[in-house]
Amino acid sequence: MSSITLVEAVNLALARAMEEDSRVVVIGEDVGINGGVFRATAGLQSRFGAERVADTPLAEGLIAGMAIGMAAEGLRPVAEIQFAGFAYSTIDQILNHAGRLRHRTQGRLSCPMVLRTPCGAGIHAPEHHSESPDAMFSHIPGIRVVYPSSPAKAYGLLLAAIEDPDPVVFLEPSRLYRRFKEEVDDDGVPLPLDQAFVVREGTDVTFVAWGAMLHEALKAADELAADGTFAEVIDLATLKPIDYETVLESVKKTGRCVVITEAPRTASLASEISANISEQALLSLLAPVVRVTAWDTVTPMFRLEEQYMPNAGRIAAAARKVLEYQ
Amino acid sequence: MTVAATFEIRFTRYLDPSGRETAPLPSFAADPSALVPDYRAMVLMRALDAKAVAMQRTGQIGTYASTLGKEAIDAAIGAILKDDDVLLPSYRESGVLMLRGVSPHRTLLYWGGDERGNVFPESPRDFPFNVPIASQMPHAVGVAYAMKLKREPRVALAMCGDGATSKGDFYEAINAAGAWRLPLVVVVVNNQYAISVPRRMQSAAQTLAQKAIAAGIDCEQVDGNDLIAMRDALGRAVDKARSGGAPTLLEALTYRLSDHTTADDATRYRSAEEVKEEWKAEPILRLRTWLHAKGAWSPAQEQALAREAAAQVHKVVQAYLDTPAPRPAQMFEHLYARLPRQYAAQAAELADETERDVEHHAS
Repeated sequence: MSSITLVEAVNLALARAMEEDSRVVVIGEDVGINGGVFRATAGLQSRFGAERVADTPLAEGLIAGMAIGMAAEGLRPVAEIQFAGFAYSTIDQILNHAGRLRHRTQGRLSCPMVLRTPCGAGIHAPEHHSESPDAMFSHIPGIRVVYPSSPAKAYGLLLAAIEDPDPVVFLEPSRLYRRFKEEVDDDGVPLPLDQAFVVREGTDVTFVAWGAMLHEALKAADELAADGTFAEVIDLATLKPIDYETVLESVKKTGRCVVITEAPRTASLASEISANISEQALLSLLAPVVRVTAWDTVTPMFRLEEQYMPNAGRIAAAARKVLEYQ
Repeated sequence: MTVAATFEIRFTRYLDPSGRETAPLPSFAADPSALVPDYRAMVLMRALDAKAVAMQRTGQIGTYASTLGKEAIDAAIGAILKDDDVLLPSYRESGVLMLRGVSPHRTLLYWGGDERGNVFPESPRDFPFNVPIASQMPHAVGVAYAMKLKREPRVALAMCGDGATSKGDFYEAINAAGAWRLPLVVVVVNNQYAISVPRRMQSAAQTLAQKAIAAGIDCEQVDGNDLIAMRDALGRAVDKARSGGAPTLLEALTYRLSDHTTADDATRYRSAEEVKEEWKAEPILRLRTWLHAKGAWSPAQEQALAREAAAQVHKVVQAYLDTPAPRPAQMFEHLYARLPRQYAAQAAELADETERDVEHHAS
């Protein structure tokens, strides 16, 4: 057991998976001798060789597409896209092929691949380095989308993603890469996919969040607690498919819900979750479900990123509105 | 000024359009009867193709992409690849798939709108028909990479059209294959048209083969209507890939004698004279003329083959028609290895709808 950062946990999980399963290969830009631009693959090439930890030519569509070919041929590729803004060019491969291969061959071929990419704003990165494509990927049938919020979740969920027999898009909040450390036991035990985690129990309002936004939600919950209202905070963790059982159970208890996402509001996962709650728990609701999201603008360059992303203050304000709703 | 690099593109042909030898034949063609199985396959492909077009016209299948004119390319690939090699086809390669052992009724299922058309139990590693242009090329890189990593003497063979060579996926794939020296053979079926856009408008490059030069891989232009040339070039490319040599790109020159698909009308963009001229170079007549001249094929054999092909076509059509319609629940099957519990409600909704439809039709 050691105290490590989220990016170190990613590295630890990759090393563990490569150690235990010779089919696991890591591909991407600068993942080899450089160890990845965020150091997520540091040391892997010297340990597992340049064939299993391969620097690719600079071509994101190729990286996603070749991972599909590798997976169909029996390998377990983990492909890294350097920043989420560059992951959009993988959508053709993920949507048209990764998510369809098993179904369109009726189980004859499958696609056990992981596409990892850092995402989200908050690290003062250049343009196109701070996007939040979680809703875009979640719209794709046949895949999973996973979004860890802590070192322990990153370790356990990444192991689960690599073991999963279907494609997983693994979104890593770059803002949390080095923000805090957590005790992580390198025991090789995966966390369950398709499951949300109640990270803080409460009685008055439910916060649904994931990734970096989970920590803003927790901060907002602290703020509310000082006023004597208690938020239940759910870490969604798997964004596709969503564990509505956990969400609905909580909303039925609290009667109020705020959903938080770092992505633009329109057609966001917050909208999707809100719609589901309305359909399935309307009579339990004491107030409309409120979405706290990024604006429907382009992701701004970093001088305005603090005003773009939801934060604890906005979440707490939304919660108060929900709590005061008559 | 000094010259940093120069290139030349080899063009391989052994039989001219009239079936006459233009160069000393490779050793595999020394016994002409050895090529009779390829000829027979080409004739069967054409018969199946004609039937598929007719079935679309009569509403028995949906839109269909004809293989008319590319039979020599398909037959050669079918002859050269080994069972455990991997074919990554575009949507027009039903001829090759037949030679990979895939029952041709699956082609009818595919164009008949049924996912089971991509189930190839007879050739389980081959990729399904690929529709988004050139997107199969990166898959081929991954397949070839896996073969190399596993130290298996196998080859990935990806097929695409002339239009596909304009796509980023195509360049990204051949570039990576060169950088890693992968056991990959790319066959560009240059049938002169990407739907309506002619080859000359697709690229200013004199040949499509030379795009491989930029990727640092070997390339060659081949007469794709000459079975002997195709087998020769493919044989060399596949052997080199298998022995750990390097990837190769072959540009197979042919002509799409059909419309792009049955949904297309090529008279809008090309003349009848042009098509008539191209029929003179078609691959089946060329090979037959040569086999006749060599005494390896007779009119009586041709008649017998026509009867056999008709019987085979009948069997294939019957297998297609005998396949029960897909069940609505199939939409949720094989979506994941194990359907996540979250989908149960939607699957149940579909089952209810299906039930209601059945009752509606019954009442």
